[in-house]
Amino acid sequence: MAPIVFWIFVILMLGFGLSVIVSRNPVTSALSLVVSFIALAALYVSLGAFFIGVIQILVYAGAVMVLFLFIIMLLDLRVEIRKRMNLPAVSGGTIVIILFIKILFDVCYSFNGGHAEFPAVSVATHGDVWTIGTMIFRYYNLPLQIVGTLILVASIGVVILSKRELK
Amino acid sequence: MVTLNDYLLASGLLFSLGFAGVLLRRNIIVIYMALELMLNASALALVGFSRFHVRDGLPDYNAQIFVFFIITVAAAEVAVGLAIIVALFRARQTTRVEDLTSLRF
Repeated sequence: MAPIVFWIFVILMLGFGLSVIVSRNPVTSALSLVVSFIALAALYVSLGAFFIGVIQILVYAGAVMVLFLFIIMLLDLRVEIRKRMNLPAVSGGTIVIILFIKILFDVCYSFNGGHAEFPAVSVATHGDVWTIGTMIFRYYNLPLQIVGTLILVASIGVVILSKRELK
Repeated sequence: MVTLNDYLLASGLLFSLGFAGVLLRRNIIVIYMALELMLNASALALVGFSRFHVRDGLPDYNAQIFVFFIITVAAAEVAVGLAIIVALFRARQTTRVEDLTSLRF
């Protein structure tokens, strides 16, 4: 992938990610999150992870975001009123984030192995969906069953939480 | 030339955006969206390392399977979390975290 395309998608992802956390209207936040996730899926595709890119769009930009928008509409959330910020909390949070970003840049520029170009991959005989599917069912079968049970438990939990009276 | 460090930087910046959202926002739904941003940032770092660690001419697919499990668990987590938020809204009629202080010491 050409570097210019990479940086365009990174800027899209971070710009709309910023829009998620600064906009006052929750609907704007949710729609910005969709664009941010689609740009993230493009980055996955640029890394050759086509399967992950596709399920990123299907699961996040599709299912999860519809759920978010549905809940926002259901709760009928308004634009937040501007309130005086809690100054110690905001300044403390900002300092923590600035320190985090500083450490991030330090680590990224002192990690010499990461400055090398990505090693070449040979042309695969099968696509990555074939490889991932084979590996999941051959080596990761038990985790797959556990995740299936987890989703079952989660959906039962949602039904119970949505009941009007908890007994 | 795009290197692994560029991907790690993008992932780290996305993570800090999500972190900032969790620390600075007061609307519980927006906090939840910021949590999703952080989760996805870690998945991007994993996929970058997967492409970086080439064995036998193929990227390391173990990391991509890990990302697959992360996305699955995150979907379940979003469903349960939003159900909790709806139950909370039904009980308290608010989504501001400042109004939910009954557990505060």
